[in-house]
Order: sequence, then structure tokens, then C-alpha cells
Amino acid sequence: MVTLDARSEPERVNTAAALPLKSSPLQRLSSALYLRPALLTFLLLTPPLLWLGVIYLGSLFTLLAHSFFGLDEFSGVMVREFTVATWAEFFGNPATWDVVTRSALMAISVTLAAALIAFPIAHYMVRYAGMRMKAVLYLGVMLPLWSSYLVRVYAWKLILAKEGIVSWFAALLHLDWLLDAVLETPVVGGPSLSTSYLGTFIVFTYIWLPFMILPVVAALERVPGSVIEASGDLGAKPGQTFRKVIFPLAFPGVVAGSIFTFSLTLGDYIIPSIIGKSVPFLGETVYRLQGTAGNIPMAAAFTVVPIVIMGIYLTLAKRLGAFDAL
Amino acid sequence: MAGAEATPAVSFQEVSRRFGDVRAVDNVTFDIADGEFFSMLGPSGSGKTTCLRLIAGFEQPSSGHIKVHGVNVEGVPPYERDVNTVFQDYALFPHMSVGENVEYGLMIRKVPKAERRQRSEEMLKLVKLDGMYARKPSQLSGGQRQRVALARALINRPRVLLLDEPLGALDLKLRESMQNELKAIQRQVGITFVYVTHDQGEALSMSDRLAVFNHGRIEQIGSPSEVYDHPASQFVAGFVGQTNLLDGYLAQRLGGFPGMYAIRPERIRILTPDAEVPMGVATIDGRVDTITYLGATSRVEINVEEGRLTVIEQNLEGGTAVAERRPGANVRLIIERRHIQPVSESQ
Amino acid sequence: MRSNVKAGWSLKVAALGGMLFLHIPLLIIILYAFSIEEKSFVFPIPGFTTKWFAVAFEREDVRRALGLSIKVAAIATSLALVLGTLAAAAVWRSRFFGREAISLLLILPIALPGIITGIALRSAIGIAEIPFSTWTLVLGHATFCIVVVYNNVLARFRRTNRALIEASMDLGANGFQTLRYVVLPNIATALLAGGMLAFALSFDEVIVTTFTAGQQSTLPIWMLSELIRPRQRPVTNVVAVFVIAVTFVPIVLAFYLTRDTHDVAGSVK
Repeated sequence: MVTLDARSEPERVNTAAALPLKSSPLQRLSSALYLRPALLTFLLLTPPLLWLGVIYLGSLFTLLAHSFFGLDEFSGVMVREFTVATWAEFFGNPATWDVVTRSALMAISVTLAAALIAFPIAHYMVRYAGMRMKAVLYLGVMLPLWSSYLVRVYAWKLILAKEGIVSWFAALLHLDWLLDAVLETPVVGGPSLSTSYLGTFIVFTYIWLPFMILPVVAALERVPGSVIEASGDLGAKPGQTFRKVIFPLAFPGVVAGSIFTFSLTLGDYIIPSIIGKSVPFLGETVYRLQGTAGNIPMAAAFTVVPIVIMGIYLTLAKRLGAFDAL
Repeated sequence: MAGAEATPAVSFQEVSRRFGDVRAVDNVTFDIADGEFFSMLGPSGSGKTTCLRLIAGFEQPSSGHIKVHGVNVEGVPPYERDVNTVFQDYALFPHMSVGENVEYGLMIRKVPKAERRQRSEEMLKLVKLDGMYARKPSQLSGGQRQRVALARALINRPRVLLLDEPLGALDLKLRESMQNELKAIQRQVGITFVYVTHDQGEALSMSDRLAVFNHGRIEQIGSPSEVYDHPASQFVAGFVGQTNLLDGYLAQRLGGFPGMYAIRPERIRILTPDAEVPMGVATIDGRVDTITYLGATSRVEINVEEGRLTVIEQNLEGGTAVAERRPGANVRLIIERRHIQPVSESQ
Repeated sequence: MRSNVKAGWSLKVAALGGMLFLHIPLLIIILYAFSIEEKSFVFPIPGFTTKWFAVAFEREDVRRALGLSIKVAAIATSLALVLGTLAAAAVWRSRFFGREAISLLLILPIALPGIITGIALRSAIGIAEIPFSTWTLVLGHATFCIVVVYNNVLARFRRTNRALIEASMDLGANGFQTLRYVVLPNIATALLAGGMLAFALSFDEVIVTTFTAGQQSTLPIWMLSELIRPRQRPVTNVVAVFVIAVTFVPIVLAFYLTRDTHDVAGSVK
């Protein structure tokens, strides 16, 4: 601040005399920043924004731009010239819709199953578990969430293998007929659990389940106990209270969790390649296109699909108040 | 009060602080004398806390000048001001012991360890917390935390101590004993105290002078008795103590001129309708409506020609005849003219 | 919040079943690491041995992969600690235009499928003609680790009384002294928790890594190749157990460091 007031000059000199200013460079830098809070915020934000803006967003937009390049018809090498040929092929190819539909259906099934398994756990954790039990359960959800993805997929390969645990248990309980019946079911079945849609579905559900549990717990924690007592007080049976009060209030948590289960299932390429029928899902398709096929433009076009789906999904989720439950 | 020649401890010259369109402090000018216990009283959002933060250096004025002991503090950050603050929620450092909290300022100034320890023990003794040196703030009661906050500020021997509603979180009993203690400590250390509160009783009982804030402006500055007995405005009369506000015909009859007048309830005396009236007092006839027993006093609501007056009476033995205090009784009220205080209208 | 009513048996069974579903596979991994069977996943395991642990740690490729994983995780975590804390501090200290956009930008690398981040980085690396190295791996890992630190630190900041900073400055400490004596001690455990989770995340990551590794092999990459083309299954089993052990310790520690807030969750990985 600059004052042109004639009096201010001697006063400034006075400032220095009266207050023993420790004018180390750090102190002066600190004061300069303290008096300019906006500058400090800007300086704090610059490194993370540069990193994410340049490295992450930069790469992302570069990739999306690639979908407007094409391949040379003879050499199969990417040509850096603007063309919509890739997009035309993308929309024109029935295989595209095959992949997208299959992936979306899988993502929806996994999301529903995860919600179904997550809700009782979350409900028990929030309403019935004591302090210690709650901590144990919480850690019990956190551990698989953060522990190795690959190891957990691997565990299922062991479990679902032809000579693995599921088969052994089925034999032990004389339920081989049931397992065989399941495997013979059209669409979901296959030669063994580890080479069927059912296997893929189980593993997806298993892997992403913790991502559903935590937001639902957070949402349930926010339902005040008094509301539930009020419902009971007004004559609702526990089941009615659950349907009419608890579930609607916890629903944003389910939506928040579904963002993750849905997005993660949609983009995963490892699980279907290890466990399941060898049919392409979205993630695998992208992987194959950029890798073995070397068709970067088409791979880029395919990556737009989950981005668009997630964009729509996030917009809807925001309307449903899911972000407050995150 | 300081003479005109002494440098004020704090001086505001036409200071404003705006947050966007909101004028939190609106063109305020006042001085606080050295060694004074000065209170800033007002409802929440009246600008008193912003004034305190301007003195501390947490806010910078949008316009105007602030001087601390004659030095312009424009652009001086809090850590270079010779001023310390006791925060409303104490703001004790949770990761440090009581002793480390108290010594923080000395540690920053690189005072040797032995001296630090000695001075902090002295300070803890002053605020009656000897023996608490090694405790963590979380192990203390609200009142004890408040004392630690006080010790932490005073150990730096600031020239001005700022207190932001320091007793607000305490219960009534503790608050009253802390009021006395704070006042005693202030006399002992001789530091200028600037005390922000919304509790008018606190401001009246502790301050040498107080400023009443409303809508970012100062409505009145003066000693407690000046502010109480001669409220300058309708707002002050209503905010500091209880009052009867009169305007219209009755006001004109009592005050002599049209305008608004304030009369304190305890300045009105209730007599029988036929009682002899002393010279030089104003009289109003009325009828008792309700009586509320309050222990030491009673509150009597009386309907008069133009509305209603509240009277506070001491419950003395042999006071006004019981008959006059019965609901429905006709009474004559007398008020000395010097207690009929003209006030300006407030927003 | 806890109700006095006892949970019905159906709820208990459902909750227990869900928890078993989450944990049995991990136990099975540990069991198989001790199996004497080399060629298949026979259950129950025909015999018990610990020899595969010795075999695994003798393997040069496993040790190289482990070394690279630790190196990348350490560098990525350090970077994420700095960048995530800066972002959290900025968001906490002031309301500025576009605050929500910044949170979204930070979350995006983990909210969008990893394959998108991976391919995007790979094409950018290709265009910039950067040779694949530890640093290309760090580039990707730090990007998705930032949000983990950011969530933990911001949660702590939000529970920190802003007046502490004012009190410190009021008592004579400049911004840097306040940072050292007040801010850092208050967020220390959140930093530690965020750092450990970031480490666990990076140590385990495979999808983005596939695209930024080139010919290098981290431990998850090594495991993935073993999953697709098994060479010596018992060694894979042992490495899997090792990975579980390495990631469990920081997770449990992080949980206890921040258990008063439950902010380890951050709801997002």
C-alpha cells in the first residue's frame, strides 16, 4: 500500500526504529508473502498444477488428439494428419458396439452385486458393531482395498482353477452336479469357472467391493440415530424403517461407491485376460489396439468411450448428491 | 485516562475494513490510552473482532491508519508487532506441553533455555497453574486452558494485550471469578488490555473505558458509568443494560423537547397515586400490570398513558407498600429529570 | 449412532459372509506359498514346505524387480508428498476460484480407468522421445499418488484450528518458523499415513506401469508375466505373499496413525 500522505514518511522510519526487525532474508520473504496471501496461494498451487496440468492433462489431450490421426493403409504406420477416418471406422464397426455393450453390462452387474454385498457389511458396521469391532471391520475393509491388486486376482486363479478349491469343495459336499449345471448355463458358463463370464464377474466384484463399502459406511454414518428411532416410534417395523428411511438416506453413498466399481470395471484389462472367456472387453481392446495391433488412433478413440460414460455417470451422480458421500 | 500529551497505546484514524461489499469496520476513529483496560462491546458481526484483528495484524485496513504506540503498523505482519493475543478458543498448540506453549514466544526469540524455564514457571504461578508445566493442553479444563493462553501471551511482555472473548466458553461461575482475576492481573502487570466481548455486564464491570460497536461503527465511547447513565443512542441504551425507550407525546412531556429518550428501569420510583411529589421530578400515572420476583429485585410492568414502562425495584424490607405493587393497582411514577436521557435514533 | 438393538441373524450372516469373501482369498495365497506341488493349483495342498522362500530370494530377476519397485515407489512417494501437501495447503488456506476443479483434477488420474492414464502417458513419452527409465515410471506413479497424500493431508488440515497459525505468528514466529514448529508437527502423522499409502499404491501398481516401463520389470510386472505365462508357480506364490506383507505393514500403520478421523479411506485409491 502506498500513501502519498506527507506524514507517512517519518512514521515509516519510526517503524524501523521502534520494532527490532530481524531482517533476515527468510523473515523478509515471509512478510512479503504474508501481506500477499493470493501470491502465496498461487505459489503453493503452481507445482502440483504444473505436474498434473502438463504431465497428466497434456498426455490425455495428446492421446485424444491421436484419435483424429489415421493409419497408412499399406505400412500400418500412424500418419499425423487430421482425419475422421478412425472415428468413421469406430462407429461403423459392429465389433465396437459388441465390446462396449459387453463391458457396460459387466460393469453394471458388478456394481449391483457389490452394492448388494456391501450394504449389510456397512449397515452392521455402523449400527451394531461396538468400538473395537468397528475398528476391526474397518481395517478388514481397508486391507484388501490397499493390498496388491495382482495378488488378489492371482488368489482367484488358484481358487477357480479346474483342480482348485471350488471344485474340491463341490466334490466334498457332493455338489459337483450343481457346479456342472452352473458351468453348462449358456452365456455365463464355460469349461471351468476360471474361463467363464461368471468367473470374471466374481473376481471383478471381489476386487472392487471395498470401494463400495467405504462410501456406504460414510453415508450411513451420517444418518442420525434419532431419525431411525423416530421411524420406529411412529410404528414402522425394522424392515420398513430400513426401506423407507435408512436406504434412501444412504443411497448417495451407494452412488458414490458405484462411480468406482463402474469406472474400474470398465477400464480394467488384466482381470478378463487372466480369468474369463477370451472375449474382448473395453480395457483389453484398448490394450491390444495400442500394443500388438499398433493402431494408436483407434486405441485413442476407444479410450474416449469410458471417459464419456464416466462423464455422464459423474454428472448424474452429482445430481444425486453422491459427492457429499465421498 | 491518559492526558492529551501522552502517546496512545493504540490509535485508529478513519479505519475501514471491507470484505467484498461488506463493511466489517466502517470509518472508525478512536484512541486507547496506555495502561488502560479498554473493552470493545457489541453484538456478533458488529466489527469489534475485526478491529482486534486489525490491531494484531491478522487483517490489514482497507483504508485509514492504525498506530500502536505511535508507530504506524501498516504492512507490519503480526510477528513483528509488539502485541499479543488471547484467542477465543485459546488456540493452544495441541502437540506441545503447557510449558512449551507458554515458552513458545521466547523460544522463537531464542531466549536461553534456563531463562525460558524460569520465566514460564513465574508466569504459570501468576495465572495459578504452578505444577502444570508438563501437562498437555488436552488434560486441562476450559478454565485452565484459558489461563495457559493468558500466560503464553503475557510472557512476551507485550505493550498491548488483545483478548478476544476469552471467557466466552466458560460457565457463569467460572466466568465471574476469571473477570476479577483478569482485572487483578491487568493491574499487576500494567499492560494495556483490549478486551472484546458481547457481554455488557463483563464490559461494564471490568473496563476503564468501553466502545460500543454496531454495524461496523462505534456508537459510543466512554467510562462504564458514562455509557450506562448517558447512552448516546437508542442502540447503546438497549444493548448496555435494560432500558425504557420513549418517543412521541409522553417523551416530549418528560424530556421537554420532541425526540427519543431512555430511562433506566431502576431510576423510576413507584409511589401511591396520592403521594406528594418532590420538586423537579417528572411524574407519570399508571396501573400495575405484572410483577416478576427476581430475588434481590422485582420487575414491575406498568401500563401508562402511551404504552408501558418497566421498573426495577429493590426488594427492601419496608419498601413500597405492598398494595401499590399488586397487579391492577393505580400508581404514580416519579423520575428525576437528570435520568431522562435523550438518545439519537440508531439504524 | 449405535443402536441398542441386536442385529438379526440374517444381517450378521450377510456381514460375516461379505467379510469372509474379502479375506479368504488372501489366506489361500499364503497357504499355497507353502505347497510342495509345482505344476498345478491342487487343493488341498499335498504337502508343506518353506523351501520356495529360499528359492525365490535366490532368483536374480525377482530381486531386480523388487529393487526397481522400491526405488520407484520411494521417489514417487516423495514427489507426491510435496505436491499433494502443497495442493492441500492451498485449498485449505483460501477460497479461490476453481477450487473444485483442482480437486477434480487431482482425483482424475484414479477416477478414470488406469489404462487411459497409462496409454496417454505412453503416447506422450513416445512423442517427446523420452527413453523408458526409472523416471518414466516415476512420472506415472507420482501422478496417481498425489491424490492419496492430498486427501490425507487435507482431511487433517480441515480438523486443524486455523487460529493455531495466527497464534504462532502472534507470538513472533514468521511464516517459516510457523511451518516448522506448528504446521508440520500437526500434519506429521497425516503425512506419514499418506506417504505410506502412496508407497503401497505405487509398489503394487501394474496397469499404468505396463505402459511406462518399456523393458523394465517391477515386481507387479514380473508377477503379471508369471500369471500369463507361468514358469515356476511356487516362486510366484512366494512373491505374492511377500507383496502382501510389504503392503500390509504401511496400511495398518496408516490406519492407526489416522484412526481418530478414519481419513485413511479417502474413499478413493
